[in-house]
Amino acid sequence: MRGITIGQYYQADSPLHLLDPRVKLLCTLAYIIILFFADNPYAYGLATIFAFAMVMISTVPVRMILRGMRAVLFLALITVLFNLFLTPGDVLVEFWIFTITRQGAQTAAMMALRLFLLVLASSVMTLTTTPNKLTDALERGMRPLKIFRVPVHEIAMMMSIALRFIPILSEETEKIMNAQMARGAAFDEGNVLKRAKSLIPLLVPLFVSSFRRAGDLALAMEARCYHGGKGRTRLHPLRYATRDVIAYLVFAAFLAGMIVVIRLF
Amino acid sequence: MKLILDHVTHIYDPHTPHARTALRDVSLQIGEGSFIGLIGHTGSGKSTLIQHLNGLLKPTEGSVYADGKDIADAEYNRRALRGRVGLVFQYPEHQLFEADVFKDVCFGPKNLGLTQKETELRAYEALQQVGLEPEVYDQSPFDLSGGQKRRVAIAGVLAMRPEVLILDEPTAGLDPGGSREILSLIASLQKERGMTVILVSHSMEDVAAYADRIIVMNGGGVTMDGTPAEVFAQADALKEIGLSVPAATEVCRRLYAAGIPVRPDVTTAEEACEEICGCFLR
Repeated sequence: MRGITIGQYYQADSPLHLLDPRVKLLCTLAYIIILFFADNPYAYGLATIFAFAMVMISTVPVRMILRGMRAVLFLALITVLFNLFLTPGDVLVEFWIFTITRQGAQTAAMMALRLFLLVLASSVMTLTTTPNKLTDALERGMRPLKIFRVPVHEIAMMMSIALRFIPILSEETEKIMNAQMARGAAFDEGNVLKRAKSLIPLLVPLFVSSFRRAGDLALAMEARCYHGGKGRTRLHPLRYATRDVIAYLVFAAFLAGMIVVIRLF
Repeated sequence: MKLILDHVTHIYDPHTPHARTALRDVSLQIGEGSFIGLIGHTGSGKSTLIQHLNGLLKPTEGSVYADGKDIADAEYNRRALRGRVGLVFQYPEHQLFEADVFKDVCFGPKNLGLTQKETELRAYEALQQVGLEPEVYDQSPFDLSGGQKRRVAIAGVLAMRPEVLILDEPTAGLDPGGSREILSLIASLQKERGMTVILVSHSMEDVAAYADRIIVMNGGGVTMDGTPAEVFAQADALKEIGLSVPAATEVCRRLYAAGIPVRPDVTTAEEACEEICGCFLR
């Protein structure tokens, strides 16, 4: 339970960590979008180099980044298999009912790389940005939606609270498990049905305590006169610094490079 | 039942940047029928220590033996051990889950694989022992008061008929009346059933009044281990690690220091009262 890695922030002092979260959010978004336009090996080469440069700058151990990659391995595998065998074109290898075409191999490789880079980019962002900063950036980024009466502040507040509660609830889960195991409960025995049933003594106290905590939090917020986002100022307002402008410029250069490469080949 | 901790060290999250040593080379023997007070301030390793006694945690180094058998052995039945070494955690909210009190207390004995009849018999017996009114048995455990919840939680462990009963801060969050009731309940259970009781607490008064042995922990190690009189005689050393002595001991120590002929090693208010009154009568 200790190993939970949602909001998998890695504490460090790299230039990427210091950037304004808006820069990282926007650039990651743009990076992901441009990946979907990339259709030749050169573009993928450039995108890969850029991604790895970011990993280097972030000073996050590669081991930690790779751990996040495991989740997409299965998805990537399926994508590769489908593309490899089901793309029509010039036949490279043929055996039994399977045929591998040159186009198929190329698409499969690019698809896998695209998935890999997608996850890599978002991992680098979440590893270098605290969940709270990310939520701030989202709130700021979604501000225009206010015109359509979207409760932007409330959504952002709900997200930060949810994120804040993850470690609390995971710790609580561990305590409840211990308390029930002390009464002879076993969570890892028997068939699926028995296991599901064994979760009841864990889930009931967890729900009860979540509701209690939510009530307490609401009271504490009201006691401090919280009344939504209207007229609310921030402790750490988001302000662009010179390094953020530089980061935007660097990213714009990369983006221009990508567009050129995509158009040329 | 005899429990032995042999040079036990416990490190949380070893080999990671978050590695934290919670127990350092702890060796202890816990014999039969004693009432042990385990004291130490927050983070001294008390909770980690007690979770080793019923096999919830495994030592990083060293071993824990229950009746001569290493409980970390793969074939050792830790589930049966947890029936014999009952552990009541601090917050009853962490274990109450059933629709009514009686069913909740049945959870422990049922997990031990007892028959329905035996389970219910034990649950009934445990609920009686903790002094809950029969009207409460079919109420939802979530509707009870703090003190009642605590009793249900204790009954839930007692129903397994443990030979060793460990209670983590059983009086935290209770008013003085409620905490006195819980403590005298535990003391009478210990006498009646000949159980070994380990009471984790940071209230010196509670521990002094009931325990016949006190173990003081600091920074993951055991710094003192002896009778209340022996331990509280080292008042200065206790203060150094951020603990105090019972108020009664403190009063007598100061009187003694001021030249009044009272024993400085009393531990309870009753003893202090006797000493001071005796001093006037002499």
